[in-house]
Parts: sequence; C-alpha cells; structure tokens
Amino acid sequence: MIIRTLTVAVAAATLLAACGSDSNDTAATDEAPASDQPVDVQEGFAESITLVTYESFPTEGTPINDQLAAFTADTGIDVEILVAGDTGTMLSKAELTVGNPEGDVMWGIDNSFLSRAVESGVFEPYVADGLDAIPAQFTELVSNGEATPVDFGDVCLNYDIAALDAAGVEPPAGFADLADPAYADLLVVQNPATSSPGLAFLLATIDEYGADGWEAYWQQLVDNGVAVTDGWTSAYYELFSYYGGDRPIVVSYGSSPPFEVLFAEEPLDTAPTGVVESTCIRQVEFAGILAGTEKLVEAQLLIDFLVSDDFQTELPLNVFVFPTNENVELDPTFVEYAVIPDTSRSVDPADIDANRADWIDTWTDLVIG
Amino acid sequence: MNRLPRRLVVGLAITPAVGLAVFYLWPFATLLAEAISWEAVTTVLGRGRTWEIVWFTTWQAIASTVLTMLVGLAPAWVVARFDFPGRRGLVSILTAVFVMPTVVMGAAMLAVLPDSLDRTVWAVLGAHVLFNVAVIVRTVGAVWEHLPVDMEHAAATLGASPIAVFRHITLPLLKPAMSAAAAIVFLFTFTSFGVIRVVGAPGTRTIEVEVWRRATQLGQVDQAAVLTVLQLVALAAVAVWSVRAQRRHSRALALRPLTRPQRPRRQRDRRSVAAVASATAVVALGPFVALVVRSMSTPTGWTLEAWRTIDTAEVRPGLSVGIDPIDALVNSLQTMLWATAIAVIVGALASLAIAAAGRAGRVLDAGLMLPIGTSAVTIGFGMLITFDTDPVDWRASWWIVPVGHALVAVPFVVRTTLGVLRAVDPDLVAAANTLGASPTRAWSTVIVPHLWKPLAVAAAFAAAISLGEFGATSFLSRSGNETLPIAIEALLGRPGSLLQAKGYVLATMLAAATMVVVLVVDRFQERGR
Repeated sequence: MIIRTLTVAVAAATLLAACGSDSNDTAATDEAPASDQPVDVQEGFAESITLVTYESFPTEGTPINDQLAAFTADTGIDVEILVAGDTGTMLSKAELTVGNPEGDVMWGIDNSFLSRAVESGVFEPYVADGLDAIPAQFTELVSNGEATPVDFGDVCLNYDIAALDAAGVEPPAGFADLADPAYADLLVVQNPATSSPGLAFLLATIDEYGADGWEAYWQQLVDNGVAVTDGWTSAYYELFSYYGGDRPIVVSYGSSPPFEVLFAEEPLDTAPTGVVESTCIRQVEFAGILAGTEKLVEAQLLIDFLVSDDFQTELPLNVFVFPTNENVELDPTFVEYAVIPDTSRSVDPADIDANRADWIDTWTDLVIG
Repeated sequence: MNRLPRRLVVGLAITPAVGLAVFYLWPFATLLAEAISWEAVTTVLGRGRTWEIVWFTTWQAIASTVLTMLVGLAPAWVVARFDFPGRRGLVSILTAVFVMPTVVMGAAMLAVLPDSLDRTVWAVLGAHVLFNVAVIVRTVGAVWEHLPVDMEHAAATLGASPIAVFRHITLPLLKPAMSAAAAIVFLFTFTSFGVIRVVGAPGTRTIEVEVWRRATQLGQVDQAAVLTVLQLVALAAVAVWSVRAQRRHSRALALRPLTRPQRPRRQRDRRSVAAVASATAVVALGPFVALVVRSMSTPTGWTLEAWRTIDTAEVRPGLSVGIDPIDALVNSLQTMLWATAIAVIVGALASLAIAAAGRAGRVLDAGLMLPIGTSAVTIGFGMLITFDTDPVDWRASWWIVPVGHALVAVPFVVRTTLGVLRAVDPDLVAAANTLGASPTRAWSTVIVPHLWKPLAVAAAFAAAISLGEFGATSFLSRSGNETLPIAIEALLGRPGSLLQAKGYVLATMLAAATMVVVLVVDRFQERGR
C-alpha cells in the first residue's frame, strides 16, 4: 500500500513538473487526477530508463544502487546504468549523438566540461523538483535549468602515506614539490581531454602558475616522469600504489581518505592516504536529461530523485563526493576524514569556456606528444 | 549472343547501386561539405602538430613499406622457387596473419615484445611488417615463380655471381611487382588505425588516429573532417605516383607457368630454404603464441583467472569499465552474421549485374571498389555525421554497424565472384540459346550456378572482415553495444594486469575465429582446384 501511495505522489509530482514548464498551474492540476487512477499513471511509464555515466559510478552492489532500486520499486521504472567511459569521452559521444542519445539521463558532466555540453545541445533543460534544497552557489551555475547540480567535491593530490614513507620521501607540500627530482616517477594524473578530475587538475595548475607559466611547469612534470591515464578509475585503482600500482601520488578527491578508512580490509584509526590541500580545486558535477530522449517524463522523475534527500545521503561514502542537497547530514566518518580545504581554487567559467580546447591541445602536445 | 533483358540487369544492379550511393557516396559528400569551414581549415592547417602528424604518418608508412619489402623478399624467393615440405602451410600462415584483425595483430605484438619496446614506434613498425609480409610473398612471389630461369642460368654461366645475377637480372624483372606491392603496403600503413591505437603510445598518431581523436574524444567534428580530406589528398597523390611508377617499370615478359618450384638440390639451397622458411614461420606465429601465453600470465604467476572471469570486466567489485566481454562476443557474432548476409547478397547481385552489363557494369565495379581505397575511419565517420536527421535518422539503429561492415566487405565479395562468372565459357550460353532457352533461362541455368562456390569463399572473407572491423566501428558502435575489437582495444589500454589479460583472452578468441575462417577458405579453394 505504501508503495502505491508513494507512486501516486511521485507520479503526480512528475506530471505537475512536466506540465509546469509550458502550461499554467491550474491546467496542470486539472490534468493530474492522480488519486483517481493510480494504476494507469504507473502503467503509463516506460519500463526502464538508461542512466549514462562515467566509469567510477558503481554499477552494482552499493547503497547507491540500492537507492536506485528503491526508485524502481516506487515508480516501476527500472534504471539501467550505462558506463560510457570517462567524462570527456562520454561527453564527446553525447555530442556526436545529440538527438539520438545513448540513454535518457546523464550523470557526471562537471563544471569544467559543462559549457561544452550546453553549447552542443546535449541536455534538455529542466528545473528539478527539490532544487530549492540546493544552495545558490551551485544552482547559479545553471540558472536556466540547463542541468542539475548533483554533487561537488575538491580535486586534490592524494598520496599513499606508507609508500612515501617507505621511499623516504616527505609528502609534497604543493605543486612545486612535484617538479623536484626527489619526486621523480611518483605521480599519476588523468588526461584532461578524457577525464574531468584530469581537467580540473590542469585548471588548478593554470590557476597556480598563470596562463604564461603552466606550460613550463608541466614540462617539468614531464621531465620528472609523470604518468598519465585516461580516467580516474585507472589512475586510482590500477596505478596508485595504495591499490598495488607503482605511483604513490595521484590526482583524486579531498574526500578520498574517508573512503579508504571505511572500506579498509582491517580497521584503521587514521586515513592511509593524505591530501595536499594547497592543490585542491572545486568541482561541481551535474546530471542532465539527454535531448532527444523518448522518456522525458521518466527522465524528469529520475532527476528529481537524484537530488532527493534519500539518494543524496548515499553519495559521500559511495562516489567520494559531497551532496549538493543541504538537507543531507554527512556521515561522521566522512566528516572526520574528508579534507575540506579552507579555500579551494576555482577558475572563472568564462575563462574555461574560452580556453578549454586550446589548453587541452597544448597540454596534449606537451605531455602526450 | 542473345542479351539478357535490360530490366533484369537493372533489377540486379539497383540494390548495389543505391546502397553505394546512400551509404558511401552521400556520407562522403557530407564529410566534404563539413570540411568546407574556413575556420576549421585554417585552425587545422595552422596547427604545427598537424604537420608533425602528417610527417609521422608518412615516414612510418615509408619505413614500414621498405622494411616489409626487405623482410618479405626472402620468404617470397623461397616460396616462389622451391618446393619443400610445409610450403603450402607457410603460405597459409602468412595469409592468416594478413587477414588477422588489426587489433589482434596489435595485441600479438604487445604480447611478444619486451615491455621496454611496448608503446614505441618499433612495435608499430614490427606489427606493420608482420602484417604485410604476405602481400610481398603473394604479389612478388607470384611473379618470381614465373620468371624464366634460363636468363638467370645464362648470366651465371657467363660468370656472374649469385648477387650479380639477382641485381642485374632478377631484380629488374621483379620491379613492377615490387612497386605494386609497395603501393599496397604503403596504402595500408599510411591509413593504419587499429595497430596504432593498440600498440602506439598515446602520442603516436597517424592522420587516421587524429581524425578519431578529434571527433570522438574532443568533439571537434569539423576539424576531424578537414583531416580526413587532408588524408584523401595525400592518398590520391600516392595513387597517381604509383600508377606512373608502374607504367615506367613495366616491361613485356614471357612469364612461363612451366617453371614449377623445384626441390632444393644443392646443399646450400637446402640450408637457406630451411632457414628462411622456419624463421618466417617462427616470426609469424610467435606473436600469436605470446597472445595465448599473456592471457594466462599475470605479474604474480600463471593463472586462468582471466579466462574464468571473462564474463565481467571490473576494476573492483561494482566498478565496471563499461565493457561486457561476453556481450561483445555475442554482439560481434550477430553483427558478423548480418554483415555477411548483406555483403553476400549485395555482392552477388553486383557481380551478376557487372558480368551481364557492358560499360555501365564497369562503372558499378569501379564504384564498389571505392570503399577499399577509402579508410574505414572515413567511412564510419561519414556515416555517423550523415544519418543523424529525419528521415534518415539511422545512427542509433542496430543495423548501421553491419551495413558499415558490409560496405567494407562487398568489394571482396565482388572480386571473389566476378572472375569466376566471367570465366564461364560463353559457348555454353550460346548452346543453351540454340537449344531454345530464353536468354534469361540460359543465364539462370548456365551462369548463376557458378556463383555458389566462390560465394561461400566470399562469405567467409566477409565474416572475417566483419569480425575484425575496427575503424568504422569505432565511430558507429554505441556504448553497451561494443564489438570484440572495440572491447580488446579498451581492455588492453588499461594499466591493470587482469583487465589486460582479459584483453588477451578476447584477442585469442578473435584470432582463433579468424584462423578457422582462413582454414575454411583454404579448404574450399583446395577442393575447387
């Protein structure tokens, strides 16, 4: 019974939201006699919806997936997760398939790639129900509902405390240390063309060294043997020494350490990885409805769900990020071990938009060849 | 001779002709139109990196061609001049290597080379050479086999050393065949894509790879289109040069099919034949053995884990890399069936039409050959940006990948079947006519039955092409519908050893499937003789 009532409520809300954009409120209410025919409304939904996302989004077995299952239980809409590579690759595929999207909702375009997605018309604008729980600092990035801010975090250098200790190297204090020969062959970063933390990290170095100085800095990193992977998952789980790779310093998140404490095989008192605070740069991730979807109503329903308290609560300990929804209380472990830098870097969106392609090209020539 | 009713010929030709126009010519035109953007042209041509890529593409193709020629002449000589146990087997091995999918060849090269050479240009050159040795052995060897030996003997009698004989007699006679083979190898390596993607470092980019990167990684469709046109211009220049060169080198020769390969009689010959043949076999097969070995070895020792857990590809539990190996396998097989069916039907119709029609047939023949001269990346890219609006909004259709594969395979089907149809004795048709059969009846009872045997061979080739197709698929396949080659490239590009081992597992499977196809073809051709 509870499920059915919920369904009615959610369905009604969706219909309201769906109609709200192009018809007035009275009409919308007239058209949603939800309490009369609940079953019909539920049967009106498509059986499944596809959530296109990046590699580091868990496809099964985490509380996030349980939450998506709860969404299915409530609405009858099955959520299929489609991993489309790293953020840059995922976005390019979406750009090449505007109008015939590979799915219905996309999770994970971040602020550094957002303007590209918006310009190429990847997203169908939508103002989510429940957006009022999200602070203005996030919503003002998408003031016309181009996409919905779903999480944020800080991209920072992480290091494997034990591995650095064993190598007899002090944790780096900032960017400059990485160019020091003492740190040769220790760092792995992500390719900014394909990866959003990779691009964020590049932006952080541009913020630090300026438009004139960042190339020289990266040349030093190249000379110092920086390793590059296409995506965060490769860098963190395949090359980072804490997971058996040979690189003790990695571009990851300020919120990565609590994850390591919580999921450690043996209980830990302190985090096994550290964060270089001065390197942190703020990243906001968005979800959006893919333009051309045939399941618009269902997609809107899912977006609403993605910013709901229930779903947002699970984000910190499963995808390493902070919820944008202010109502969510953070887990104590997360609060204790996550690094929230006093000041996080950020680069003006207009600057990013104007220079992104050039920066990525220059970086590619310099680092990859 | 009574001619077939015009309506029948047109009816046969219509499907291939329309298919060619819609799925090849139109996307091609779209691509050209897309490339006519002044801003994109100046950006691409003004970028220093573009010219570095053009230079790299050119020199690696020249180096690959020269090396292939040097490596390939010895086996070509042995196979052409001598009969020895395993001779046919050696040719089959080289042919099998030649039809291996590019990503499998790349994977095999990665597997066999020491880590220090992986992701270097040496690995790229090695893969290119191994791939194309068969071209030299087959084209140069075929001519060599038929060269009149008496000229060589005369020179030797007059006191010329074996080296002098080769330089002054054999080499000049082989030159036309060598330049033809060189042009083919150059074409293949200039447009190299799969090998570079798998074996090359991320910075190692041919024009072809750059087209893919700009379009699918950076979303710069207009710049990618400019690059495809740049590549076409370069290829056209090479084609013109090659035709001229062949005309200059060509000379009248009485090729004698009578001088059959002989058993090596002299001790010295026996030794060289044994050395060359076994070295060739080892070099050709070694990488594929390494493929199997690498699928079972990890840094921590021997294990069948990659084979056992091939149903998933996860970085850690719950974190997928977006590739489902089993789905990729099933998807590849389904795509193969459809692509083969389309290619065989369209190719058969085309062959019948070309054989029956006169000049118009030659136009269709030439038109259907065009996709071979066009890179697979160009084909896939063109289709992707053409079929994106109503009423041809086909980009997301399941059949677009099979159609792309069929486009690449049809020329092979036509080449395999057309020769047989043309070789049918016209007197048979005339006899049927005399006996009262209508032209259509005579055609359907005399000509058409000749189609079946070559068509079976053609179908096998089409299947092999579809299984290994990588360039066009890189653009056309959608997330969740990857084919085996796409999955292999993705897995081998991961740093994690288990994921790499799974890439080698899939590459082993694909290599085995291709090998089976080649054996089937071999059997058919053997029986046909």
